[in-house]
Amino acid sequence: MRTCFRKIRRAGGRRAVSPRLIGRALALGAMTVLVAGCKGSQSALDPKGPQAGRIAGLWWLTFWVCTAVYVLVLLVVAGALVLKRRKGPPVAKDPTSPVTDPRGGPASDPPVVTLDPAGERRIGMVVGSAVGLTVIILFVLLFADFITGQHVHGFANTKNTVSITLTGHQWWWEVRYDDSTPSDVFTTANEIHIPVGRPVGIQLQSSDVIHSFWVPNLHGKKDLIPGHPTVIYLQADQPGTYYGQCAEYCGYQHANMRLVVVAESQEHFDQWIGNQRQAAQPPEKLTAKQNQGRLVFMGRTCVMCHTIRGTGAGGRLGPDLTHLATRQTLGAGTIPNNVGHLGGWVMDPQRIKPGVYMPQNSLSADELQALLEYLRSLD
Amino acid sequence: MRRLSVAAAFVAAGWLAFSCASCKREERGFRVDPPAANSIYAVTMSDLHAGASTMPSAIPTPVKNEYEENAYALSQGQQLFSQYNCTGCHFHGGGGIGPPLMDETWIYGSRPEQIFASIVEGRPNGMPSFRDKIPDFQVWQLAAYVRSLGGLTSPAAAPGREDHMNSTTPPNSVKQEKPKNSVLPKSAEMPG
Repeated sequence: MRTCFRKIRRAGGRRAVSPRLIGRALALGAMTVLVAGCKGSQSALDPKGPQAGRIAGLWWLTFWVCTAVYVLVLLVVAGALVLKRRKGPPVAKDPTSPVTDPRGGPASDPPVVTLDPAGERRIGMVVGSAVGLTVIILFVLLFADFITGQHVHGFANTKNTVSITLTGHQWWWEVRYDDSTPSDVFTTANEIHIPVGRPVGIQLQSSDVIHSFWVPNLHGKKDLIPGHPTVIYLQADQPGTYYGQCAEYCGYQHANMRLVVVAESQEHFDQWIGNQRQAAQPPEKLTAKQNQGRLVFMGRTCVMCHTIRGTGAGGRLGPDLTHLATRQTLGAGTIPNNVGHLGGWVMDPQRIKPGVYMPQNSLSADELQALLEYLRSLD
Repeated sequence: MRRLSVAAAFVAAGWLAFSCASCKREERGFRVDPPAANSIYAVTMSDLHAGASTMPSAIPTPVKNEYEENAYALSQGQQLFSQYNCTGCHFHGGGGIGPPLMDETWIYGSRPEQIFASIVEGRPNGMPSFRDKIPDFQVWQLAAYVRSLGGLTSPAAAPGREDHMNSTTPPNSVKQEKPKNSVLPKSAEMPG
């Protein structure tokens, strides 16, 4: 990189920067940016779990094998260009040639190919061994692929898994934590909390079209297919927040169908899950303003689609809002979850996420403030 | 040759007109104007009161529901019809607990604004009021879909495929029923 810049500076001293040099510098810069992009969140090359680690390993193996093949091919091509052609046996002229120039000029000599048995054998050997090597390399990649698949799917047999059912909707994720005790089953949206170091089995299903679950730091993609549940197993080895994304085009707001995965210690996870299992607070524990907001929620459009456990609201079309205030984002990762954004979202979601199935609402300022007070109390 | 080019121009113009017409059919409006959407509430929806006639309420000026010519709005109405559990009583138009919506009998009127009023105000014997619960533009979408069940909307825009497993003809191919706006059911009559 530095040498490249020095070259440019030197070229600049001559008051003429060659286009080739600029091109080379640009290519180097682009590569640096690209490689930097592989670090951090939402990168399959920055694995934070065993499955993602295997997949990243396979990626790097493929990358280096392809690089080696590429360099080898380039070397051979360069050799062919640079090395002089060895002189073959003399080419005999064929006197019986009937070919004449189409433009009516004098007849020209056609090229005559003569066989050189030793040379032919040599070329045959070279081409044959190159083909053999290619086949071997392809088999190495195939085998590595197979082994990776085995290891990634090997997690299906592990015990002590956290079981989650993830349902894709246009354009949000419904997350249900399953439990053998029915009263401990709860539903949340767009945010998955998982304990570090414990395998998580996620059953994937869809309510409308095909979506795809992809948290690059933890695992590869897996489709959510209507009427055909599939299971994906993943595990996070380091605590942190990982972002996921719908990876199968699913309609207008496909790009705004995001997901947050929070990996935390078992202790924090238990605390979180204990809170999520609680129903919403009863009206007598709310302030007057919050109660006013509750009545707005129950009397207006909200109640038709949303559930708040412990109240009369039981709609199943939109996300469960029982613990709305604990979530990081609104509208499946479209905007951060705070009072201002929440107010904007409630009044006019079509401005923020055009096409989303939540309609605009016409509330008076007083009603909106009360509703926001109530929604912020859902923690 | 000249005649041929004139004919070609006519064909092109016709094709253009045709494709422009279908632009509107497919238009998708995500944002609606909130005040316009609420204007209907300013109109008195019912003249039912003690001592008045038992005939269905009527608004003097008929309202044209533009959603009836829009395929997207009609299919949204179809989706809402099952999402808001209209199917719970009316089933997929055939009726069960509630009256059928695909025949020629309309107890409370077949005009768009009458269907709108029935949804917003509720009706005796079980139809609940959805006032404030369903945004007005969605009620208009529902009203448009409900009319398409009886073939009262343009077949060019009506849904050709239902979201559910069905055994009936899709709305764009049903025979148009002549609405009768007939009599009130016995159960809804005022006690004499």
